[in-house]
Amino acid sequence: MITTLKRIFKLGWLSFTRDGGIAVVTCFILVITIFLASSLFLLQNSSQFLISSLQEKVDISVYFKEIIPEEDILNVKEELSKIPEVKNVKYVSKEEALKVFVERHKDEPVLMQSLEEVGGNPFLASLNIQAFEASQYQKVTDFLEDPHFKTLIEKVDYYQRKPVIEKIFSLTSAANKAGILLSIVLVVVAILVTFNTIRLAILNQKEEIQIQRLVGASNFFIRGPFLVQGTISGILAALISLAIFTLICWFLGPKIEIFFPDLNIFNFFTKNFWTIFLIQISTGVLLGVISSTLAIRKYLKV
Amino acid sequence: MVKFKNVTKIYSNHSGVSPIMALEDISFEVKEKEFVSIVGRSGAGKTTLLKLLLAEEKPTQGQIFFDDKNVNNLESGELPQLRRKIGAVFQDYKLLSSKTTYENISYVMEVIGASNEEIFRDVPKILEIVGLENRANNFPAELSGGEKQRVAIARAIAHRPEVILADEPTGNLDPYNTLDIIRLLLKIQEIGTTVILATHNKEIINRLGKRVITLEKGKIIRDEERGRFIL
Repeated sequence: MITTLKRIFKLGWLSFTRDGGIAVVTCFILVITIFLASSLFLLQNSSQFLISSLQEKVDISVYFKEIIPEEDILNVKEELSKIPEVKNVKYVSKEEALKVFVERHKDEPVLMQSLEEVGGNPFLASLNIQAFEASQYQKVTDFLEDPHFKTLIEKVDYYQRKPVIEKIFSLTSAANKAGILLSIVLVVVAILVTFNTIRLAILNQKEEIQIQRLVGASNFFIRGPFLVQGTISGILAALISLAIFTLICWFLGPKIEIFFPDLNIFNFFTKNFWTIFLIQISTGVLLGVISSTLAIRKYLKV
Repeated sequence: MVKFKNVTKIYSNHSGVSPIMALEDISFEVKEKEFVSIVGRSGAGKTTLLKLLLAEEKPTQGQIFFDDKNVNNLESGELPQLRRKIGAVFQDYKLLSSKTTYENISYVMEVIGASNEEIFRDVPKILEIVGLENRANNFPAELSGGEKQRVAIARAIAHRPEVILADEPTGNLDPYNTLDIIRLLLKIQEIGTTVILATHNKEIINRLGKRVITLEKGKIIRDEERGRFIL
């Protein structure tokens, strides 16, 4: 048995090295497929990241009347936190609001000047509320409509923001769905192309397989070397794609960070190195092995 | 050892042309260690006969026995066992084109599970017997017709099969080599191997003085011990 396995490995390695052209083509196609699979993994993860960071930016603010003491506001905050739809509530005091405004507009003299002219602190204390989903904001505002709270509140900016909020949420969910659909289509196409390439490569071997059958080789002994060959191509292709992928992430990472701060592809890549490597190796080896098995099957009927 | 019982083979074709009757109601038996020649014009059914025995084709009617086993009832997974007992020299050689001469021969020994020592020991010897020791590392495409034929013969005898089926094994050889190969087959038979030789070489048959089965248009018209080539 061990001798047989050794022979299968030797035969597989020999035909891999001898069929140089076919090996190169197979590897090339596998590299494309593996590359696609890992890019989709990366894309899916970074779009997830972008979507969630975008959604985090969505919130509504409740401004309280100037005379309301801080305690009452903190009470309201307490009440709001109890609603299951609310993800996060943040209290922004008058002073903080002023600080944020000054920080943000310190380079715009016109605004700063008008602030000085107003004198004192014109800002109101507020609560920033984040919900899990766009539809839940309505519920939160309904809660604040309660007469008990209404007397404290100067305004809720939900009604101004409503269209924007809804648009962002519908856009992100659409982007997510489109991404998944596109991934599936691309992966299917890539698998079909790989399968066909390997099938054509093995078509050349049709006669050899039939001769091997006629001189009494078992199906296992005939199939083995092809599987070894498929595995070698798969591993080689995975290593090539990994190298290309590393280079691209390393090169593009900083550039993408300019557009989307906090999104560093290279960091993500190094953090998920083993996951990505596993995806690449398994895509390569599985595709190589399954395609060869399917392609050989019909020639073994002699 | 080998028994054909009322075997008929009809090649039905797909293009609407009438089917071809390759063999019609053939019955004969080959005993162990016998040397049998099958003669006939081309198209008489010699190759079909050998293909049926190798289970490369299935008979339309009748049964074929090898060692009392019905060849047609064997599952696809059992066929390798049968074929390992047979050494076949195919008319079109059927060499593995991606393997060298040496590997073509070592392959069949690997298939039957011979040890590496046996392979290292036997293959060079067999190459010497067929006179191809200096072609060991050439691929079939680099060999002449006669050389390919000798590789095919070497491959058929390498794993010491019980039966050798030789389909025109001398068709591409010069008279000198032809004689050598026939002597080789005789020697192999003497050691205890059954040999079934299909040929239309009149000189060989007349010289052999062994059993001859004559086929014509798919029928056996003569079956004689110490037969001659008469058509």
